[in-house]
Amino acid sequence: MTVAGFDHLAVSDLSRHFGRRRALSNVTFQATAGSILGLLGPNGAGKSTLISMLATLLKPTSGTIRYGSLATIQGAADMTGASASALRGAIGMLGHDLYLYPELTAAENLTFFAALYGAADPRTDALRALERARLADRAHDPVGSFSRGMRQRVALERALIHGPRLVLLDEPFTGLDDRSVAALTARLRELRGEGRIILLATHDLDLAEGLFDQAVFIRDGRMVELATQPQALRTLYQSVMGQPQA
Amino acid sequence: MSRFFRVAWIVLRKDLTVEMRSLEIFSTSLFFAVSVVLFFAVAFVQEGRALDGAAAGILWIAVAFAGTLALGRTFERERQAETLRALLLAPADRPAIYVGKLLGIIALLLVTEVVLLPLIAYLFQAGFFSHLLWLAAILLAGTVGYCAVGTLFAAMLVRARSRDVLLPILLYPIAIPVIIAGVRATATLVAPEFDVALARFWLSLMAAYDVVFVTLALWSFEPLMTD
Repeated sequence: MTVAGFDHLAVSDLSRHFGRRRALSNVTFQATAGSILGLLGPNGAGKSTLISMLATLLKPTSGTIRYGSLATIQGAADMTGASASALRGAIGMLGHDLYLYPELTAAENLTFFAALYGAADPRTDALRALERARLADRAHDPVGSFSRGMRQRVALERALIHGPRLVLLDEPFTGLDDRSVAALTARLRELRGEGRIILLATHDLDLAEGLFDQAVFIRDGRMVELATQPQALRTLYQSVMGQPQA
Repeated sequence: MSRFFRVAWIVLRKDLTVEMRSLEIFSTSLFFAVSVVLFFAVAFVQEGRALDGAAAGILWIAVAFAGTLALGRTFERERQAETLRALLLAPADRPAIYVGKLLGIIALLLVTEVVLLPLIAYLFQAGFFSHLLWLAAILLAGTVGYCAVGTLFAAMLVRARSRDVLLPILLYPIAIPVIIAGVRATATLVAPEFDVALARFWLSLMAAYDVVFVTLALWSFEPLMTD
């Protein structure tokens, strides 16, 4: 799926408050098509809040999110209606939780989401996605019986089933073994090659080494650094954040 | 089929498939509803004779209690794996998602009612089945109204810490009119003389309630689900 006009993501002075608590404050960055941007910071830094706002699940308190020329979200303005619905069609998200129904089989889960995203042939799309995830032989097994790594692969295909332009990943390496991590990073590089805009929040610096085109460092809801082509992430993290990564 | 109804159907089909696999909500709701009916039977049936007019009230009390349980569980299931967020991320009309969830709850409660009716009719010697079409219309109208409000509140409360306590506190005061109308309309069916005019009045009241609250829920679901 190509989305006309959605060739970059621009976040400007984005803030989100929960009552008097400031979860995110004046974050500004840009990400272009065919790049991976890392969101780095300790737990509670505001990475998930930022991803939820980019996914349209959470309204910003102030600031602007520009999805190329496809759509713009300005402050806490209304995000409901047809335009928000069209924008969501260009976004794929893999969160902390995997957003899968454990009672349904892998094929049923992906068929359901493909149908929800308006696919012409959801069943075929689901089976192709399972082949990409190297899980075609487990297509008819309930997701509840899968290992964490297998569920993560199904969940990633769920997030990508509609060919989103913007891919948001929140701690995708959690609970994965080395082989699954290697498969996931290979898939991310493949997606970058296809021209997607990928944002990945993690505190797993070693696993993300060499993956990012840009890295945004966030601490206590504030953006402290934007690094281009970051190398030696652990050392960079320590120098930028003033503390070793936990 | 328009996209709206297609999405509602997709969500409904998914909910029914998940429930058919686990039977978790149906079995617990039915068990609870049957227990309520049996408790009332012990209290209100003396020497084989039931208290006059009790059957209609007991039917709707059992439906309301079982419905609350089902409403809570159906959204708890979406919360556990955060699949509600995945539904909200889809480029679909969010009111269509509401309609899909609503139809799933209605289907579940209607099946529960089909099991409860013969049990109550037997225990309380209530002649529910002499006017079958009226009975079907009354049950459908009452169930739709109750579930329309309940589904909206259950969705709203899905992230609230005290959702299990808050749901009945919010739901029952708003649902009282449709429950009272349901009891009154059902009572006309078991009365010695069936009063068509009275049954039509209560049924019309329930239909009006349904229209108002389904419309209100469709209008408010999307803003309520966007934080």
